[in-house]
Amino acid sequence: MAKNNVLVYCEMSEKNTVADISLELCTKGRQLATRLGGRLQAAVLGHNLGEAVKELSPYGVDDVFVADDSRLSPYRTLPHFAVLIQLLEKEQPGIVLFGASSVGRDLAPRIASRLRCGLTADCTQLEIGDHTDAKTQTTYKDILMQIRPAFGGNIIATIVTPQTLPQMATVREGVMKKELFDPSYKSEIHKVEVAIDAGDDSAVQILSREIEEQRIDIKGAQVIVAGGYGMGSADNFKLLHDFARLIGGTVGATRAAVDAGFCEGERQIGQTGVTVRPKLYIACGISGAVQHRAGMEQSAKIISINTDPDAPINAIADYTIIGDVMTVIPQLMEAYKKHLK
Amino acid sequence: MKALKIAVLAKQVPDTHNVGADAMNADGTINRAALPTVFNPEDLKALEMALQLKEEVEGSTVTVITMGPPRAAEIIRDARNRGADDGFVLSDMRFAGADTLATSYALSCAVQSLGAVDVIFCGRQAIDGDTAQVGPQVAEKLSMPQVTYAELLMEHDDKTLTIQRRLERGTEVVRVQMPALVTVTSAATDCRYPNAHRMLRYGNNEVTVHSADDIETDLSRLGLSGSPTKVKRIENVVLAHKEAEQVTPTEEGLGRLAQTLISEHIL
Repeated sequence: MAKNNVLVYCEMSEKNTVADISLELCTKGRQLATRLGGRLQAAVLGHNLGEAVKELSPYGVDDVFVADDSRLSPYRTLPHFAVLIQLLEKEQPGIVLFGASSVGRDLAPRIASRLRCGLTADCTQLEIGDHTDAKTQTTYKDILMQIRPAFGGNIIATIVTPQTLPQMATVREGVMKKELFDPSYKSEIHKVEVAIDAGDDSAVQILSREIEEQRIDIKGAQVIVAGGYGMGSADNFKLLHDFARLIGGTVGATRAAVDAGFCEGERQIGQTGVTVRPKLYIACGISGAVQHRAGMEQSAKIISINTDPDAPINAIADYTIIGDVMTVIPQLMEAYKKHLK
Repeated sequence: MKALKIAVLAKQVPDTHNVGADAMNADGTINRAALPTVFNPEDLKALEMALQLKEEVEGSTVTVITMGPPRAAEIIRDARNRGADDGFVLSDMRFAGADTLATSYALSCAVQSLGAVDVIFCGRQAIDGDTAQVGPQVAEKLSMPQVTYAELLMEHDDKTLTIQRRLERGTEVVRVQMPALVTVTSAATDCRYPNAHRMLRYGNNEVTVHSADDIETDLSRLGLSGSPTKVKRIENVVLAHKEAEQVTPTEEGLGRLAQTLISEHIL
């Protein structure tokens, strides 16, 4: 049944390959589709897609829908909206997943509005489960549990959309793992007829784009020295760069530190930033709001340096050092240099 | 140039940095009464962009619309003091419990009550939800093109706006046909301060509060009943304690830690 199918809207990277976030969603989508006994479907909208489509099969994609048209690249809302709406109305999948990127967050809400269905932003977990409505006692079987931290990180909310289809969610890059399913998996490729109104095509015109290569690879870092609001200033943040340079790490930051202007947004770790899984995570002056922890709690080893012994971060740390970061870090750097000899 | 009718959608939000234990109701909705409030930061930036456009096109008007409890009138007053012509609060128990779909429906009806609007500005997202959904949803409901992540309004003519968008790793400049909806990010210019002259002149003026009956709506699409998303479960965050080893910040303690990390090949 179509309602057991899971469809992933695939974004294209600047190099015209399927974006990592979309492959991560395919990995999660494969699990969900298997659990539901449905098909994993991928919608790829762009131009000159040739090779990109082949990338998807090993992730266990059953159906690849390919819309190849010059009006679909680079991404613009209305042409993508027109093609995707037509596809969803025809295929009627039960679940649709989008990356919580500037593209996914632009497109998904507009789709949800048209289909009058629910949409949960920035999910950190997606599961299949049952839901019984407290008022009507109706039970909805095998629906999507959309789990996300909410409200200043004080709570974890499980959101369901029991009465409308499709069930839609966005997920940040790096939150789900990207894993090959079967290198020789066979997909069915379906060519999508592209029908875009002239008005939808002309409403927004791209005059120029300046997209930089990713400069800071925080996702791939094995050692991360991350600073929070407790670092106190942008000046103090320089110490973290010294520390990271010494131990071969990369500097990360909490949203509070980024918002305070201590460091650039590209380094932000957490629900609204990047999710990381390094070998070692050194949390400096970070209290550990749940949104931040969502982005780093899978680190293999966590060291927390904080003046507050009750900081939530300490509960997930392997080592806690109670003290002022500006004193402890130089001491730790000295100790490291000494023992390296 | 033809005068523009500009709308700004704004939200009064709880200051999520100061959340207390009574912040949530038993049914999983937010107990807004228990929280200090602020003008949603990106909505203030949207207001600034609207005011800049108003200044450049003679005769243009800026109307600010917010949905919330009656005390949300505070942000309409604030917006007026900063330069908005007027605004109103949509407030009705029938709006309560709305998710983004029901919210965008109510707001789109409110915008339609103004007649033909040329541009709608709103913040990209509100700090109490971070969903960034309402802007694109209002645009869809009004069949307008949308420009999200706007950081700079570069040019305008009778029919179009030229806008710089801030993307993850760069920028994009687009030209959009009006009428259009624009969502503004935190990278945009800060809003001007309330003007003392305007405060004296308009500060005490009443703020209009509209109920669902004052705008044309389908009641079934409002509030909880118009909201497909349901909160199934709320868990207070309880941390799974694992045994953390406390390291004393002395030469000896830190030395031992460094040694352990090096010998375990972590560093």
